[in-house]
Amino acid sequence: MNKEQPLVVRLVKGFGMFWWDFLVGDTPELFFSALLIIGVIALLSEAGHHNGAAVVALPLLAVLALGISVRRAQRSARRK
Amino acid sequence: MLIGASVSSGVVVLVGAVFLACAVEMVEALTIVLAVGHTRGWRSAFEGTAAALVVLAAIVAAFGPALVHVPLSVLRLVVGGVLLIFGMQWLRKAILRSSGLKAMHDEDEIYRETVAELEAAGTRPDRDRIAFVMAFKGVFLEGLEVVITVLTLGTSAHRLGLATTVAAIAVVLVGVVGVVVAKQLSNVPENGMKMVVGILLVSYGTFWTGEGLKVRWPGNDTMLLVLAGTYFVMTWTFVAVLRRSSPQVESEVAV
Repeated sequence: MNKEQPLVVRLVKGFGMFWWDFLVGDTPELFFSALLIIGVIALLSEAGHHNGAAVVALPLLAVLALGISVRRAQRSARRK
Repeated sequence: MLIGASVSSGVVVLVGAVFLACAVEMVEALTIVLAVGHTRGWRSAFEGTAAALVVLAAIVAAFGPALVHVPLSVLRLVVGGVLLIFGMQWLRKAILRSSGLKAMHDEDEIYRETVAELEAAGTRPDRDRIAFVMAFKGVFLEGLEVVITVLTLGTSAHRLGLATTVAAIAVVLVGVVGVVVAKQLSNVPENGMKMVVGILLVSYGTFWTGEGLKVRWPGNDTMLLVLAGTYFVMTWTFVAVLRRSSPQVESEVAV
């Protein structure tokens, strides 16, 4: 981090970097999957009033997201 | 009777998630502090630890009361989303480690690496800046995860007091046991604990994301146990499939 920048800027950047690392880090697919899951469930539950579908879809999409991420890690390990 | 059952299942999951998450993070922080203390002296190690605890306490004091004023549905959606991502990250790592695709978290190796790094830093002055920074960073970064877990789980479940108490018990317990057994922290079944925490965090994340989006869960809080069971079966399946289809790769130590 550039030490010539004002302290406030450095603190804000540091705060942003922390949350980026914390939520995105080396698994951006999980971050974007979670956003997608929230979007889909919002459509099903709040807009479409399909509560039953939302109850099933939410954990199912989480399992799918994790499966894709694990598969991605497996492929990357095979390439090494 | 039904209300009692649903409350207790929610509490059991909350207590389990907070206790295990705090214990795992405490083991990691303690490993670093012990390595710093043994190598560079205890004074700066304790000062770094104390400074990190003060900063963490300030963060809790600043954000804890503020979170209570956020509307519950917004809080649950945000917390649910964060826990879903955070839990999936933990679970992914635990699955990869259990299936041999990622090296196990070896506290002995981390201890040795930290000691080597500190010894390479050269002679130690009376007030050791390197030891202070190393202990501060270790305790602060691991502690921050504890703070986020306790604040998010505690406020969303309206049981911040319980979550804080459980976290304090976990930290003290691991601290006492860790000091007594000193360098034997590698005996803690860390990956198994991380897997359980990952399952519980994803379960809570799913549950509260749904609550935040006005999903009506059948059985209310009892659904947490169904979700935890579902994610347990998923985890077991992923590990079994990966073990069969993957060569054992990475040999370096994961931190």
